[in-house]
Parts: sequence; structure tokens; C-alpha cells
Amino acid sequence: MKATLVLVAVLLAAGSAFAASEADYKAAYAAAEAANKEAGQLRNQWTTTASTLAAAKKAGDAGDFDKAVEAAREAEALAKASIFQATSEKTLWKEMEIR
Amino acid sequence: MMKLRSAICFGLSALALAALAFALPAGAADKIDPVADAKAFKKFFYDKFPKLKPEDFVNGPYSMDEGLHKQWVEKEQFPPYEFAVEAGKEMFTKPFKNGKTYEDCFPNKGIGIRQNYPYFDEKEGKVITLELALNRCREANGEAPYSYVKDEMAALTAYMAFTSRGKPMDIKIPDDPRALAAYEQGKEYFYTRRGQLNFACSTCHVQSPGERIRTEVLAPALGIMNAMPIYRSEWSGMGTTSRRYVTCNSQVRGVPFNPQDDEYRNVEYYLSYVSNGLPISGPGARP
Repeated sequence: MKATLVLVAVLLAAGSAFAASEADYKAAYAAAEAANKEAGQLRNQWTTTASTLAAAKKAGDAGDFDKAVEAAREAEALAKASIFQATSEKTLWKEMEIR
Repeated sequence: MMKLRSAICFGLSALALAALAFALPAGAADKIDPVADAKAFKKFFYDKFPKLKPEDFVNGPYSMDEGLHKQWVEKEQFPPYEFAVEAGKEMFTKPFKNGKTYEDCFPNKGIGIRQNYPYFDEKEGKVITLELALNRCREANGEAPYSYVKDEMAALTAYMAFTSRGKPMDIKIPDDPRALAAYEQGKEYFYTRRGQLNFACSTCHVQSPGERIRTEVLAPALGIMNAMPIYRSEWSGMGTTSRRYVTCNSQVRGVPFNPQDDEYRNVEYYLSYVSNGLPISGPGARP
């Protein structure tokens, strides 16, 4: 019984140690925003990146940093995918062309 | 020893010549050739839909589906774009505050000229669409420009298309490297996948015309510009070419550009050019 209580206490402590902070959120958001800006320079932003960034900001403003970090990371992944698409399509489009 | 050296030299020369022979056609293939493009583009659609006459393609999905065609014939009795044509006619001849009209901005007073747009302006070095020319006319006469996607612009272009019905699309590409570059950029845009759904314009309008996407029958890219602007039941109103591009981009979850950004002007140039010879059918009505 004692051992179980100790384990629960340890897990709770570990959980709180991993909770996202405002600084985590700001860093994740800045990374996502930078990636989306790069996609914009390539003229290939996705609407879903913008809406996920907005969701991250909303959660961050509400103080829910776990949710905010999760959304910001998702937005960054979407932005990076749009960058990959824009870059690879620079040559791939030719495969679709009617010749 | 000499014989061996000669043989090696001969062999290397032969290899170099062979490499050059392979390299030349590749280089030639990369050359921008709008005439060859248009020929191949038309052949693709004529082969894909052998039962259709060339002029049928300008009627979009109505030429692809028998049921839709019947609906269209009935719709044309009281066409939903009729109000836009009437409004456009009235607007076109009504003087601006300075007394001039749109007629003063266009050749032949703007009548029967839709088939010449977009054109490449060699002074400016850019593609000029009909919508852009209309707003420039307004601004030159001290009027505020219209929204590119809303009713007034659709009404004006509907009237201009209506007066040009049946005239073959006649887009020119002048002997100017900038015009060729604009054409090529338009082509690249047309075939480039974008948005989270990873769709290019060609995904729907080259790979899948006649197929359904949800409840809609997709139109072929050939002749697609000839029907613009269009009344769309889905929009419950008229839409311009700009509106079509913006909504297409949004639908594939791509952030659309501003209407009349270079990408849209260039893709309109490309798509109109490859449909040269097909009649203007605008304004159109679409489901």
C-alpha cells in the first residue's frame, strides 16, 4: 500500500514537472510562426496552419499552456509540410503536365 | 600503342557525340513552346472525350453529363445570369462623374472584345486581365475600384462576355521573353499541388473532368475560361474569375492570394491561351 502511494506521488510530481509553461508555449508558437512565415515567402501557406496557430494563441491567452504547446507544435508541423510541398513541387509539377 | 591511343580517342569522341545527341532533345523539350502546348492540351481532351465537339468543352460540366445537360438546356430558357448582364449593360454605358464611360477605355467601345483578354502589356511587362482593365478604367476616371470577386465586377464582365459570345478565344503571346515567362509561370501554377489536400488545378480539371467531387461534376480545363464569369447555384450569385481562383485555393486548404496577384493573372493567361479557337460562352451558369 505504502509503495503504491509513493508511486502515485512520484508520478504526480513527474506529471507536474512535465506541464508546459508559458515560456514553452511562446517558444513553440514562435517556431511555428517562423515556419509559416517561410511558407508565406514560398507563396504556399495552408489555411489549416493559420487556424491551428489561432487555436494555439487562444489556448495560450487562456493560460492552458499544455493545449497551446500541442497546437503550436501541430501548426509548426503543418507549416513544415507546406514548405516541403512548395519545395518539391518546384520540379514535380512537370510530371503532371500534358505534353 | 598509337592504334590503341587512337581507338581510345575515337571511343571517347563517339561517347561525347552520343551524350550530346541525348542532351539536345532534352534541352529542346525544356523550351517554352505555347503552340505545341496548346496542341497537346487540346489533343488530350479530344482523345479523352471523343464524342464531344470542340465547342462543347466551353459548357463545362454540362458537356460531361447527360442529366446535367438536360438541366442546362432548361436553365438557359431563363438564365440566372440574365440580371447580371442587364445590370452590366446599364453600368457600362452610365457616365462616371467626369462624364466618361467604360466605353472610352476599351477598343470598339468594349463590345465583342472579351476573347482578347487577358493580354500581355509589353510596356508594363505584365499580364492584364479584363477585371484588372475594368478597375484601372475606373481609377483613371476618378472612381474607386470594385471588389474583384463581388457583384459589380461580375456584372460588368458578364455583359462584356455576352457581347462576345461565339467569338473564338484569341490570346496572343508576343515575342517577348517576359510574356513567355508569364505564360510558363501560369502553366507551372496550374500543375503545382498546393494546400493541405495536395491538389493542383490540374488534379480536378485535367485528371478528373466528368468525375464527381462530392455532388459536383468537374469541368474540363479546356474552355474553362471561355465561360467566365459564372452564376453558381452554390454561391447563389455571380462570381468572377478571381472569385473562382480564390475559392479553389481555399477549398484545397491553401491560403488564397489577393485577386489579381501575378499568380492568378498568369494562370488565366495560360488557361486562356490553350483554349484559343474555342468560342466565348460566358456568362455561364454552373451548379
